[in-house]
Formats: sequence, structure tokens, C-alpha cells
Amino acid sequence: MSRIDVRKTYKLYIGGAFPRSESGRSYVVNDAKGRLLANAAQASRKDARDAVVAARAAFGGWSGRTAYNRAQVVYRIAEVLEGRREQFEAEIRAAEGVTPARARASVDAAIDRLVWYAGWADKITQVVGNANPVAGPFFNLSTPEPSGVIAVVAPRGSLLGLVSVVAPLIVTGNTVVVIAREDNPLTAITLGEVMATSDLPGGVVNVLTGSQAEIAPWLASHMDVNGIDLTGVEDDELATELEVAAADNLKRVRRPAPDTDWLVEPGLDRMTQFLETKTVWHPIGV
Amino acid sequence: MTPTPSSTASSPSATGVFDDVVRSESSLRRFLHGLPGVDQVGCEARAAGLATRSIKTTSKAYAIDLAIRMVDLTTLEGQDTHGKVRALASKAMRPDPADPTCPATAAVCVYPDMVATAKQTLGESGVHVAAVATAFPSGRAAMDIKLADTRDAVEAGADEIDMVIDRGAFLSGRYLDVYEEIAQVKEACGDAHLKVIFETGELQTYDNVRRASWLAMMAGGHFIKTSTGKVQPAATLPVTLIMLEAVRDFREQTGQMVGVKPAGGIKTTKDAIKYLVMVNEICGDDWLDPDWFRFGASTLLNDLLMQRTKMTTGRYSGPDYFTLD
Amino acid sequence: MAFEYAPAPESRAIVDIKPSYGLFINGEFVDGTGTSFKTVNPANEEVLAEVAEASDADVDEAVKAARRAYTRVWSRMSGAERAKYLYRIARIIQERGRELAVLESIDNGKPIKESRDVDVPIVAAHFFYYAGWADKLQYSGYGSTPLGVAGQVIPWNFPLLMLAWKIAPALACGNTVVLKPAETTPLTALLFAEICQQADLPPGVVNIVTGAGDTGRAIVSHPDVDKVAFTGSTEVGKAIARTVAGTDKKVTLELGGKAANIVFDDAPIDQAVEGIVDGIFFNQGHVCCAGSRLLVQESVADEVLERLKRRMSTLRMGDPLDKNTDVGAINSGEQLMRIRELSQVGDAEGAERWEVACDLPTKGFWFPPTIFTGVSQAHRIAREEIFGPVLSVLTFRTPSEAIEKANNTPFGLSAGVWTDKGSRILSMANRLRAGVVWANTFNKFDPTSPFGGYKESGYGREGGRHGLEGYLKGADS
Repeated sequence: MSRIDVRKTYKLYIGGAFPRSESGRSYVVNDAKGRLLANAAQASRKDARDAVVAARAAFGGWSGRTAYNRAQVVYRIAEVLEGRREQFEAEIRAAEGVTPARARASVDAAIDRLVWYAGWADKITQVVGNANPVAGPFFNLSTPEPSGVIAVVAPRGSLLGLVSVVAPLIVTGNTVVVIAREDNPLTAITLGEVMATSDLPGGVVNVLTGSQAEIAPWLASHMDVNGIDLTGVEDDELATELEVAAADNLKRVRRPAPDTDWLVEPGLDRMTQFLETKTVWHPIGV
Repeated sequence: MTPTPSSTASSPSATGVFDDVVRSESSLRRFLHGLPGVDQVGCEARAAGLATRSIKTTSKAYAIDLAIRMVDLTTLEGQDTHGKVRALASKAMRPDPADPTCPATAAVCVYPDMVATAKQTLGESGVHVAAVATAFPSGRAAMDIKLADTRDAVEAGADEIDMVIDRGAFLSGRYLDVYEEIAQVKEACGDAHLKVIFETGELQTYDNVRRASWLAMMAGGHFIKTSTGKVQPAATLPVTLIMLEAVRDFREQTGQMVGVKPAGGIKTTKDAIKYLVMVNEICGDDWLDPDWFRFGASTLLNDLLMQRTKMTTGRYSGPDYFTLD
Repeated sequence: MAFEYAPAPESRAIVDIKPSYGLFINGEFVDGTGTSFKTVNPANEEVLAEVAEASDADVDEAVKAARRAYTRVWSRMSGAERAKYLYRIARIIQERGRELAVLESIDNGKPIKESRDVDVPIVAAHFFYYAGWADKLQYSGYGSTPLGVAGQVIPWNFPLLMLAWKIAPALACGNTVVLKPAETTPLTALLFAEICQQADLPPGVVNIVTGAGDTGRAIVSHPDVDKVAFTGSTEVGKAIARTVAGTDKKVTLELGGKAANIVFDDAPIDQAVEGIVDGIFFNQGHVCCAGSRLLVQESVADEVLERLKRRMSTLRMGDPLDKNTDVGAINSGEQLMRIRELSQVGDAEGAERWEVACDLPTKGFWFPPTIFTGVSQAHRIAREEIFGPVLSVLTFRTPSEAIEKANNTPFGLSAGVWTDKGSRILSMANRLRAGVVWANTFNKFDPTSPFGGYKESGYGREGGRHGLEGYLKGADS
């Protein structure tokens, strides 16, 4: 007699914990062939609100860490992911119906992307900061600082796409609330498990699964969210609606780019888009 | 009005307000180092801002006459002769012989050995004789010599003594030595008024100028003075700003007024007016009086006279129309 | 006798204000198809000129001219050649500096001392700075591909300076411009148009359309505008962000502020008082980064306030053209109303008002330098931008309390810190959520120094290398 599987329950990832949706809702997630994979939590607006609270609470500590330390944590995520690559390859194959080779390439790229971004933590300031030679006896220095809490609508590519939008935000000190792909959310939660065991403080990354159209407007209009990355929004009308809502507190907005080729090396702009420039003046005298 | 020693200029040290402060070297250092710091850039920007004031017509005429009345007409050269000092004294009494409405200067300022000569010429004109004493300009002599120097000048008829502080002692932090020296010289002055010269060019920082100002005021100086004129930079607007703030704050705390004298390098009417604007806006009217503000200068007077003539005649004058000494 | 300063008026003979002005489109002054409005001297309410109000059709013409100039001339020209035009403009601004300063003071109400010593010199410096970038963009980190046509809308508080902040980087990067000056201060922008003519700038590279809100909206929403740059109120900034939603337009917004100016007990006190005065009374407080909230450590609050009041009493208020005027006229009757209204709210909320005793001129728009003490974070005068010479004074006891109060605002444009302790300055500077932190100084501006806000104070930076980003497609394009 064959052993009965212990199936995994996929929940939300908020504040370092894995709660069910406060609404009690869940929805069916199928694999690429339409067979049941699992039930995912269907996050509500209140889950989104809780995620923002968690992200805000984590922001001070995370952005206050040394860049070196943030680099270590993000690198640690890559290490843990490497150790669990079979699990991710299997999940990707099941969810997306791709070949083993494609799945492996996708995991490789995701791990490498984390390593790439980890290295930026203590270099981005040097590359985008400036000493400014003002015409007077003043020390004047511009440095980048994270914008704060960023909401992210994840793109396709359950692992690589997700890593490619989240890593640049956290490595610079932002904290994020990410809405996973509605039709393909499970890898995001598994990635949450990796993060939860990678020294990443709770609340730095929060993952919501459920309906993009239902949750995203709450995040877009949330007055304690500082920026929104619409990369994964495929519906133009929804994108415009979200951008309009984001204007309520002048969120920094990254417009949709659902067709991004995630295998190409990204530039700096996913980091710089959600960085503020702070310029400090001080007189020079004796 | 001719300046006379003011009865209100009583000895600040007599108040006893600072007895605890000057009790020991450490209490004095604590006090001086506890004064608010000075940001160099901000202080210089403020002085430069005041210097942009535009003083025209009636206010300019007022300022020129006031500046003339505030001049300590000075000659402090090794080559000074009795004849030169007599000429200077005459000029101090009647700066513009052609115009009787031109006021006299506040004082003539000379070395102690010239005091008698100056006094002889000035007589009861009301123009004071100021003498630089205490081993001017370096201040490097034994204490008894400095005191003797002071007494000699006073005995010869000096109304005012311009002493120099021991910058070596100040810069090495021996504030109590400096304090006591000032207090002793003051005692040696008797009725003569004491001006305390810091030589701000050697003190280097505005923090030091502020500390020296308080030190001198607590020790009983009637005036605090920037420079000997022998060291560059001598008087500057920002240094004077710091000293004006000090006398303003000192009055706030003790009720007593102390005078300020920038000296050295003030050569033009334009410069002098900038100083008067600064006095006006930092300390107010009360200090716009020769009893409380002086210019230590020599060539400044002729420029003031030329500008004065321009104001009254409407045409530019030239140096040939004013005496050189 | 007191030392009274006799009037020292700067001559206005240097400026030649025409009775009426058209729009500057495609290198020429043209009559608009819309109506017109009057611009007045806020110091005496004298009507200065009649100015065309650009209609939608006029804006369309201006955008077309800008597009043509972009496609046919400006984007094809080498950076080195563009640079020479900008250098020319910078030089002419220096040559005609006094004229620009006088005109600015007449139209805006700001003291000639300020327009002469601050605004106009920085305007020239800004053009010099960005002129030099035009042929070095490949080293900027943002690529060297321009965006196209920039629609720019600027406020009335620094009319010419804001024009320079907008036009200099736009042109250096190879964009062409349609700019709308504020309706109460159009004159220096129109004089700038004349300077463009003197510089032989190719027609259409710079277009100046005068008007009010409708004209601004027409620019912002025009489909052929690739870039929107706005300086002004947070309210309008949000409206612009909504308007451009769903488009490809790139946007930079420099909006309101409610900056905390934090004074610790070990501050260089006389300079701190100067900084407080500069922070809130410079330009009549019509400054988005004004230090409008004084946070003073409780132990020195009385002393600082006493010194502040004494210092304020020496501020000279009056004729903007008098060289000794420190505080000029409020820019408009409308703004004066708003300042009065919010000040009355301050009274009603129980804050204590103290103002400089001075005779206000009978004509024109005037408000004396004013401070409110006993203000708490909950008061409207501690939260809303008054945009006038009104300072709200709050106290704090610890550095953390200062930070909490300073950051407790939806704005994040600027902040000030005064202390003699170096490590505390750096710690405060790190923790303040603001785009510009002035430590032991305030309200300093320089073309090389990026300026712009966090949170609802807007996004994007103007000035410095960072100021190029808003006018280029980026390194990856």
C-alpha cells in the first residue's frame, strides 16, 4: 500500500508569519493542465492592510541596517534557495508546465539575480550618490535612501519574475507588500518560506495571494504606502486606475511592464525608482 | 557733543555676578567653553548681509559725523616724533579747519612716551588721550613692567589705556592668568578707562573671540578692542560682530554696558558705515555713541572728511585738501 | 538721534514694461486666441501690464512648435552646440541681471536685495551649470537620449529661478520646452523669451505661454507632451499625477513642505537665530522648503525666542525696490487672504501670536513677520503650509522626540538641524525623512545640489547631476 502524501497548506506571508486570510477565504489553484494543485488563501483588503502595517513596522529596522548586513541577508536568501532548488523546480514545472530544463534555468537565474542584487546593497549609494561642489563654504552630499513601503504587483514568472521585482526593493532598504500572480501564487509562498529562514526580518517582504483586481486598489490608495510597482498589471484600465489612486499621497509609481524578459540583466532603475535622494548641507569653518 | 568719560561706565567687575566663575581656573574654563559656539560661515554671512545696507543722504551725513566723533586718531610708529603727535592732536580737535561744524574725534591714541605731548596740545578740548600700554603690541613683558608702563601713561595724563592681552596664555588655556592680568592693569589704570585688545588675528577662531570678550568684560574692561593694527588680519566685520554680540549679551545679563573698538584696516567711509550699521542692528542705539564705540584708525579720518565735504559741497574732494597727519 | 536709514530705492528706469504682452511661440511674440489678464505690482496694486491668457489652441500651437523644433533642430544638434546656446543665455542673464532683478521685484514683491543677490545670480549659475552638461550626458549615468517636448508649469514665488531650474536641464538634455509662468508673475519669463531671441535660440526650442490653471492643464494633458515638470502646491501636483496616469509621460513634481527647523541647546545660537529668520522670512515665507516649524529644545526655548523676537524687530519691511528692505510684499491678495485665514485659525486654536510692530503700507499686500508660540502638532498651523511669513514654534526635550515631530507630516521636502555636536548632526540627518537637510544653515541653493522632496512633497530632483534624470530616457534606453 502506497503512502498517503502530506499535502502543503499555502497561506499568506505577513510580518514573518504565515496566517490564513482573515476573511477565511481560499481559492483553487490548478496546475498547467487544469488539475488541482492546492487551495491558496484569498487575501482581503484587511490582509493587505495588515501587510502594510507589518511592512511599515519593519521599515525602520531594515532600512537602518548597514548595507553590508542587507547584502548578507539577500545573499543568504540565494543560499537557502540554492539548497531547495529541487522543490522550486518541481513547483515551477507543475505550475507552469515547462520542461525540466526551463524550470532549472529559471531557478538558476533567480538565484543568480539574488546574488547580483545582494552585491548592490553597499554599492548603489556610491554609484548614484554625489558629493556636490557648491559655490560656497559648504559640505554637500547627496545619498540615496529607500522610499519606504512599496506595494508590488508581481509579474508572470512565478520565481524569477518575483525575485526580479522584490530583490531590488529590499536590497536598498525598502519593505514590500507583494501581490503574487493570481493564477500562479504557490511559488511565491514557498519563496516566503525561504525568506522566513534566511535571516530576513519579518515584515520586510509580505506576500499576498488572491485577486489582483481586488487587492491592488487598496494598496494603491493606502496612504501609508510610499510607492507602487505595477510591473505585473496586464489590464491597462486597472493600471490607470491604480496610478490615479496612487496620486492620493503621491506614491512613486512604476508603470506596467508585463512583457519584461527576466533573463536579461536588469539595470539600476528597479532600485533607483524607489530611492529618494537626500542632500545634506553643512558649513565648512573653524 | 564732545565725549567725556561717562559716569554710567562703572566698573563691571564690581558687580560680583561672576565671582563663582572666576573662582578657579577650571570654573572659568567651564564658563568660557560653555558659551554658545560660533559657526564661522553663518557669522560671516550675517556680517556680509549687514554690509549690503545702503546708507544714503541724511543717514549718510549722520553716520559720517558720528564716525568722526568715534575715531581714536592713532599713530603707533617707532618713528613717531613729538611734532607728529602735536600735529595729530591738533587735527583731532579740528579735523576740518575749514569747517567749524566738523566735530572733533574721540581721542588720539599714542605710545605712553607721547602721552604728555598729546595732552599738552589737547588740553581741556575734551579730546581724550589714549595710550597703548602693557608692552604693546606683543604683550611680552613681565607683569611688573606692564603695570609700570600703565601707571606711567596714566600719570602722564592718559584718559584711556589700551592694553594687550597675553595671547600665549589665552591660547594655552591659562584663562585665569589673562583674567588677573586684566584686573591688575585695570587697577593700575585708576580713573582711566581700560580698553582690552585681543589681537583677534592671533586668536584665529570666533569661538576664541567670544571667550576673550567675556573674559575681558568679567575682568572689568570698559572696552574690548580687536587689534593692535600690527597683525593681519586686524579688525574685520565678523570679528566685530562677535564682540558686539558679546557686549549686548553681557548687558542683558549684568545690566552693564561695555564698549567695542575695532582697530586696524578700517580705511574708508564705506567701511566705517558698515560698522555703524552693524552696531545699530546688533546692539541698537545705545552703542551709537563715542562712549561705547570707537574706531582705531589713522587714514580713515581723511576719507570721512572727504566724504563729508562731498555731502556738503556736492562735489568730490581730493586728498590735497586735507592734512596728512 | 537714532540711525534711521534714508530710502535707498533701486531705479526702476532700467526696466521697460510694455502695456501688453502676447505669447512667445516659435520664437516670436504672437497674440493669443484667448482672453487676457492683468499683472499687478503687489507692493502697491499698480497694474503693470496686460498679459495674454493662452487658450487650448494656443497651447497646441506652442506644443507643435516645440515638437517641430525638437525633431528638426534641437534633438539633432550636437550637445556641444546646445551648450553654446545655454552659455550665451547665461551670459545675457548676467549682463541684464539688474534689469531682471528689478522686474522680478516689481512683479513679485520680493526685496531687490534678494532678487539681486540670490535669485538672479543663481539663475545665471544654473544655466552655466547645465550648459556644461549638454555635451557630457554620456557620463551622467542616465544615458543621453532626450524625452522630447517638456511641458513645464512654475509658481510665483521664484518666477525666474524656477524657470531656470526647469528650462536649463531640459534644454541641456536636448528637449524642447513649453513653459507657463504663474499668472501673478509672468513678466520675467517674458523678458527671458526676449533673451532667447537675443541669444538666437532656434525658434520653438523655448515657448512661453502665459495663463492660469486652465492653461496649465492644457499643457499637462496635451498628448504630445512627453514630460511634465511642475513646481507648486501639493494639491495641483496630485491632480497632475492623476492626469498623466496611464500615459507614458515622465513627471517630476516639486510641491509643498512644512519643514522642521530643529534647534538643540548646544546650537551656535546667534547663527541659529539667523537661520530661523532666513528659514521663514526669506522671500516673505513664500518658499516651499521654508523652515515653518521651529522645533526648539525646551531648555533653551525662552532664550531662543527672546533672541528671535529681538532679531525680528530689526527686519525692515516695505518697498521691495528699497535696497534696505528685508521683507517685501505678499505676492497677491489671494495669498494674503490665505495667510490671514490660517493665522486666525492659529489664534482660534489657542496659539499665541506675536508679530513685529511695524507700519504696513496702506496699498498693496502686506503681512508682518509673525510667530506663534504654544503650538502643538495637532494645530493646523503646525500641519498646513501657510506659505507666508508665519512661524509656528514647538518645543521638544529629546532627539527622538524632535525626530518624531519633524517627521510627523505628510510632507518631506526639507529640514534644519542646529547643534555643535557633529555625530548628532549626522544621526539627525539620517533619520529626517526629507530631501534636503540643512545642518547649521538653512535655505541654501546651488545649481550643483539636487533639490526635491520625499512623500507628498513630490518626486524627482532638480539641480545637480540628479536633475538630469527627469529629462533623459535613462541608461538602459
